[in-house]
Amino acid sequence: MQAEITLTVDGTEHRTTVDTRTTVLDLLRERLGNTSPKKGCDHGQCGSCTVLLDGRRHLTCLALAVAHDGAEVVTSAGLAAASDDELHPVQRAFLDHDGLQCGYCTPGQVCSAVGMLDEAEQGHPSHVTDDLEAVPELDDDEIRERMSGNLCRCGAYAGILAAVREAARS
Amino acid sequence: MTELLPDPVPARAMGSARLRADGPAKVTGLATYAVEHPADDPLHLWLVQSTVARGRLVDLDTAAALAHPGVVSVLDHTNAPRLVTDDPDTTDPELVVLQDDRVAFRGQIVAAVLAETSEAAREGAALVTARYETEPHRAELRDDSPAYAPESVNPDQPTDSDDGDVEAGLAEADVVVDQTYRTAYEHNNPLEPHALSVTWLEDDDGPRVTLVDSTQGVHPVAATLAPMLGLEKDRVRVRAPYVGGGFGSKGLPHAPEMAAVLAARTVPGRAVKLAVTRQQMFALTGYRTATVSHFRLGARADGTLLAIDHQVREQTSALKEYAEQTATPTRMLYAAPHRRTRHRLVELDVAVPSWMRAPGEMPGVYAHEIAMDELAIACGLDPIELRLRNEPDVDPETGKPFSGRRLVECLERGADLFGWADRTPEPRATADGEWWVGTGVASATYPTMTQAGSQARVSALGGGRYSVAVGAVDIGTGARTVLAQIAADALGCAVEAVDLEIADTDLPMATVAGGSSGTSSWGSAIVAAAQLFRRDHGEDPDSGVHTTASAAQSPGMEQYATHAFGAVFAQTRVHRYTGEVRVPRLLGVYSVGRVLNPVTARSQLLGGLTMGLSAALFEESHRDPRFGHVVTQDLATYHVASHADVRGIEAVWLDEEDPHVNPMGSRGIGEIGIVGTAAAVANATFHATGVRVRQIPVTADRFVG
Ligand code: FES
Ligand code: FES
Repeated sequence: MQAEITLTVDGTEHRTTVDTRTTVLDLLRERLGNTSPKKGCDHGQCGSCTVLLDGRRHLTCLALAVAHDGAEVVTSAGLAAASDDELHPVQRAFLDHDGLQCGYCTPGQVCSAVGMLDEAEQGHPSHVTDDLEAVPELDDDEIRERMSGNLCRCGAYAGILAAVREAARS
Repeated sequence: MTELLPDPVPARAMGSARLRADGPAKVTGLATYAVEHPADDPLHLWLVQSTVARGRLVDLDTAAALAHPGVVSVLDHTNAPRLVTDDPDTTDPELVVLQDDRVAFRGQIVAAVLAETSEAAREGAALVTARYETEPHRAELRDDSPAYAPESVNPDQPTDSDDGDVEAGLAEADVVVDQTYRTAYEHNNPLEPHALSVTWLEDDDGPRVTLVDSTQGVHPVAATLAPMLGLEKDRVRVRAPYVGGGFGSKGLPHAPEMAAVLAARTVPGRAVKLAVTRQQMFALTGYRTATVSHFRLGARADGTLLAIDHQVREQTSALKEYAEQTATPTRMLYAAPHRRTRHRLVELDVAVPSWMRAPGEMPGVYAHEIAMDELAIACGLDPIELRLRNEPDVDPETGKPFSGRRLVECLERGADLFGWADRTPEPRATADGEWWVGTGVASATYPTMTQAGSQARVSALGGGRYSVAVGAVDIGTGARTVLAQIAADALGCAVEAVDLEIADTDLPMATVAGGSSGTSSWGSAIVAAAQLFRRDHGEDPDSGVHTTASAAQSPGMEQYATHAFGAVFAQTRVHRYTGEVRVPRLLGVYSVGRVLNPVTARSQLLGGLTMGLSAALFEESHRDPRFGHVVTQDLATYHVASHADVRGIEAVWLDEEDPHVNPMGSRGIGEIGIVGTAAAVANATFHATGVRVRQIPVTADRFVG
């Protein structure tokens, strides 16, 4: 079955007909030619497909495209394109701290970090937050916990932590 | 093409911290991995796997699949193109895909569905129904399973070794440790699942196949596939510009690659894309066998080793033999007059095991280093002191001097950094609230290898710029960054003046990114080509002149035993009531020759430590012997370390170079980080709790009850 939807991806609006089985991830990667979000598991278990969907970090492999008519998607490529610099500050921090090796988890880590910093700023607690009322302070434990939905098999966690710590400060 | 023994290269760019050259492309996601490469109107392939462990496929009903909108065809053994399988030298049994009705393991490819979209291909695959005639199978590695001695162990080492008289040594010993250590089945699980895009073209000269593959070696893929396709290697072009990790599982082509090539052959001119699913990877792309190491260490009361006996039982598959070289590091790690190693394989009707990061060294040193910890306790010695007392003067296996063996310095430096001196010798002596706290140490080693056969081409581009081309692959190691540094120093120019081209079989031959040998092998070829280029074309070459060369092996590789060394320190906390294990601190100190780029090297070493931590605490593929397949076949049930699991983690190295191994003075660093780490963690849990766990993963249940 087919359905027509509109999706804005990295600032560009796409009106497109999709198979109702198509995920947002496959729509991006296989129809719209945006391979910035990666497919590591297709089951919501690795985080590599993370984008900002209507401003929040979201696993696109678990999102059916037809259910997101009218949504706005920002991928890591879009974060870079929208920055004054060539890179978003979070991306720059990932480079400076070598928070990557193969790079396959990286666009998802970047989107997750950007989304997470926003959540923290809005006062969302995490599993390791003691005071649920206060605006959480992003210490290392908070960062690790909040980034744990994004696996990195290359084991770049130390660099990612340093990158997110720096981004959180600025 | 000339072979040259390159001179040592003075280090200018080498050794300096440079950020990853492909970093911007990776953080934005603009780097394109195998299946992401754009193709006009591609077809999508989906694999259908056997649901029995052994037997014969008697019927495959494809009618419903073929009727599904978008499905183009279903390949099976009755209609798939034929492979050339009559030459045992070029026929890899794992790659004999869709050629007959035999089922050798559960999860084997029995059909493949080609469709216009991935959704249709996937649903088409689900609509294929197969009927099997099943035969009895064996899928469990048991202590009483019949085992055999392989002719050699990976890659080509003796199965057994005997020095002196182990039984006499044990009889003479004051202290004997006699224990069995087990490691679990583990799956590499690179984050990018195996994937490729392949096009089969028929032109006037015959077939031409092009692949964009996720592989650790483009040339090895072409060289392996071509003869089975009845083609010359140069008719198969393979590219791998970006690869989302491999850890050994992309070191050799696996069955899905061949299935995709066969499918492409049925639709000449049209690209076929195959993205193996995470679940399928657990049967089709290699894994580490479980290992059972029976260790007997005999020592004098002062800890001096008299006898080392390491007998290994592990598993291979009936379809293709793979013998993990688990006991080989035992042959060189410590001195002892009486030494014996054995490898025995149990052949099972299961998926084909293969390389996973530090094959052999990872499970073997894990076992050895827990045995050493047990011996230290039995002798009442500090575990570091025990190791110092058993340092060999020369390589115990070959009798050759080491090109450099600074294990003792790694241990001592690590002890300083870690604060080892403050440690209480007794186990179960330190508690912090509800947590037992302890520390552990282990040695690490990994052979230093340079593979023969790589070539590089240096061309002048004019204006002081150079193109340096080698068909190597950067799977996340940093090769793209480091090879340019090597080339710059070999040419005596700035790194910015080097245009590095890699990852294409159209470029000169390069060996696999494996065995921690990539940088050494490709870098040596680059140095040889650069030095010959300068000799032939001088300092101010005309634009367009070029030189291709390979490097002769450094004579030091014959004269010396060449290995990297390291020491791993871990602190663990074990929860008194739940048995939960945490690792707040992990430190690796390494002797790896010259570190060519501290940025990428640190990441590789940390990555190895992280994977070792992951193996120590989480990783285990559960095979159900009744059905023959791994049931924990996704990332929710096969746990790998996540952010929150990795706490304080640090990698440092000794300032040194190894002049004997290659013109850069470097040893390989890709694998040593995983070696010893699981033992250090396990030893730390013993120190914390007084409970000795002799298998990994070290799970909470071991400490409760
Ligand atoms: S691909 Fe979406 S979470 Fe793994
Ligand atoms: S950089 Fe390879 S998985 Fe994270």
